[in-house]
Amino acid sequence: MSPLENAVLEKVHLPSGVTRLNPQRKALLQKLGPLVGLVAICIGLAFMSPDFLTIGNVMDVARQVSINAMIAFGMTLVILLGGIDLSVGSILAVSSVLMAMLLHAGHSSVLAVAVGILAGAFMGWVNGIVIAPGKVAPFIATLATMTLLRGVALVLSQGSPISDFSSDFFSMLGGGYFLTLIPVPVVSMLVVFALFWFVLKKTVFGRHVYATGGNAEAARLSGVKTDRVQILVYTLSGIMAAIAGVILTSRLNSAQPTAGAGYELDAIAAVVLGGTSLAGGRGWIFGTLVGALLIGVLNNGLNLLGVSAFYQQVIKGAVILLAVLLDRSDK
Amino acid sequence: MQVAMKGISKAFGPVKVLEGVDFSIVGGEIHALMGENGAGKSTLMKILSGVYTPDAGSIVVDGKPTAMRSTTDAESHGIAIIHQELNLIPQLSVMENLFLGREPQRFGVLDSKRMRVEAAIWLNKVGGSQIDTAREAGTLSIGQQQLVEIARSLSLNAQVLIMDEPTAALTDKEIDTLFQIMADLRSHGIAIVYVSHRMEEMFRICDKVSVLRDGHFVGERMVRETNFDEIVKLMIGRELQQRFPAREVEPGAVRFKVEDLADENKISHIHFEVRAGELLGVAGLMGSGRSEILRTLFGLRKKTSGQVRLDGATLDLRNPTDAIAAGIGFVTEDRKSQGLVLGMSVRENATLVHLSEYARAGIVNSQAENEAVHQLISELHIHTRDSELEVKSLSGGNQQKVVFAKWLAKPPKVLLLDEPTRGVDVGGKAEIYQIMNRLAASGTAIVMVSSELPEVLAMSDRILVMNEGRQAAIFSAKTTTQQQIMTAASGGL
Repeated sequence: MSPLENAVLEKVHLPSGVTRLNPQRKALLQKLGPLVGLVAICIGLAFMSPDFLTIGNVMDVARQVSINAMIAFGMTLVILLGGIDLSVGSILAVSSVLMAMLLHAGHSSVLAVAVGILAGAFMGWVNGIVIAPGKVAPFIATLATMTLLRGVALVLSQGSPISDFSSDFFSMLGGGYFLTLIPVPVVSMLVVFALFWFVLKKTVFGRHVYATGGNAEAARLSGVKTDRVQILVYTLSGIMAAIAGVILTSRLNSAQPTAGAGYELDAIAAVVLGGTSLAGGRGWIFGTLVGALLIGVLNNGLNLLGVSAFYQQVIKGAVILLAVLLDRSDK
Repeated sequence: MQVAMKGISKAFGPVKVLEGVDFSIVGGEIHALMGENGAGKSTLMKILSGVYTPDAGSIVVDGKPTAMRSTTDAESHGIAIIHQELNLIPQLSVMENLFLGREPQRFGVLDSKRMRVEAAIWLNKVGGSQIDTAREAGTLSIGQQQLVEIARSLSLNAQVLIMDEPTAALTDKEIDTLFQIMADLRSHGIAIVYVSHRMEEMFRICDKVSVLRDGHFVGERMVRETNFDEIVKLMIGRELQQRFPAREVEPGAVRFKVEDLADENKISHIHFEVRAGELLGVAGLMGSGRSEILRTLFGLRKKTSGQVRLDGATLDLRNPTDAIAAGIGFVTEDRKSQGLVLGMSVRENATLVHLSEYARAGIVNSQAENEAVHQLISELHIHTRDSELEVKSLSGGNQQKVVFAKWLAKPPKVLLLDEPTRGVDVGGKAEIYQIMNRLAASGTAIVMVSSELPEVLAMSDRILVMNEGRQAAIFSAKTTTQQQIMTAASGGL
């Protein structure tokens, strides 16, 4: 039972045997569990560190979160299909190196970004082809492309970072501010979030993603082109990794062939924290946003409190375990 | 041995599943437990076998009140259950399955010799002497797997054997074997509880029958002193108007025509035509290629020869999307694995096939979708509190109506039905037949595969009989008999 639901039930003191909550309300409360956790941690941190609830710090957290959130949005669709995409970190690196090479060769930043994102789409599409018509387990397929693409990033960059781009537009994408207050990546994150929410909730494609993840055979027999749905989803995941690459490269003013290593795990953690089931068919994009924020706030808070980096890992892992256990306990 | 359950009640949350149910069984009888889906049969049996503990009531074994706290508890009192979904571990061998959790050992090492010998003895007792004890359980047929489970129960010294829908996945021949074994066990003083929907089988094999309705015990009868109508009345609480409602339309012009259809290995030389408003039944033994005809027509299996025409136009069906676009619908045999996305709502399932009808530029118009769903729910009499409920919370019959709803959102020209009433209770069946009749009346050509001969005979206009991948005969349903169909199906004419 989620903490919120517990709280509600304790307050109400319903006699046993009486219908307590209808299933839909109950499901909603359970879904809101992660949000309650996030708010609780924020309130706790606000008391423990005076620096936490300052506008500057909040915006910093949001900007740090944006990279993981972008990848996690794509990963949510992948996990809704019952799949997994381990290659996102490597896709990010390849896109990042490609953009840097184009910028250094004197091409416009618009072209560089477009090529970077198209490259991400292509790499994701290849994953989709191997997984759907190729019938290779997603874990294995993307484990292979993760290694392969990391190699590609190293080959392209010859193993060294490519730095210093003299483009105002490009540095705005990761480092700029909207209305001098909100970091541009945060705005991009919110726009993409709204887009994904709409797609999952309101479009035929979104419905087909849930159906394919819930029961691929039944979906196929209902005329859903399940292979096409899968290819599209992995392509989207590649695009989202490339967009995260744009933000990271712009922000650091440098492309590193080793960038993004381990990002797939942060993204998966955000998706799972948000309540999306690894078995597929069940989950929502809002949960992923909350999950990404939870991880970001925890990182930031532990830094502010001066907790050693070693302990930070222990605490983060424990929080993820706890959240997943709470989510399971009522099923 | 005598087991009596007295005043058993059980609720899950606010839902009362059983209320004061009495049920008793003695050694040497086969006792049917009947009732519609959701009547509480499975829950009662799970209580008897120690899976659930009752909220109230007692279980008395040979005069002594007994608590069944776990399946191990129940097994130690000689009560074993064989679930509809068999519980063997497919990767382990037959003997490993038989002795799972109590493997014979010598000095802490597996005694495989003893295991093999004892496994063979137990299998022999259930007529499974031809089963190789070293074979992987997953490679056995369903009927053989069931024998292994029965052997396992007997080796646990079971005196009461509960069988939940044991014939659901068996061929006619396997059912005959199973019934022989059941009769044999009965003569050895073992009590068998037979949980099933299948009325014909109950009359064939059982001695006594107890009926549950809505969680209440409504009666016990000696099978030879009762009849079909009385049991149905007990089950549904009213007289069933008509088991098979009549259809009053005359078939129109030829709508769907199949010529010389063949696939790679299962079927060949299939010819038939179906008129608008006509229902063609397809009968045959399991494995005779009945389902393969439907799957090939729906673009799921590769067609190697043949022509398919719908309203005069030749169709090229390479996948379900092609078939659906041409106006063909397909209610699959297994609704849980192929028909429904169980975790999705009634609404989402009902509109899965024709969702684009309610969408513009890929964006769903929720209002149009909801209106269509509510119309389908009332037209098909789908009993659900709310279209947003997960479809898995519905009873079998209502789930099947949702499967029909998927195809009826836009009336199909041809509807292929594979076992359309499997796992559906008597009342639900009649409603599904009415849906079929209404579709026929609106001009749909229907092809229905079914293992239940009474259903095929009553609902079809004509009947195609399959035998080993070839079509053995097409009979007019009015003039043919079960006997004639069975003869054709088994290769005689």
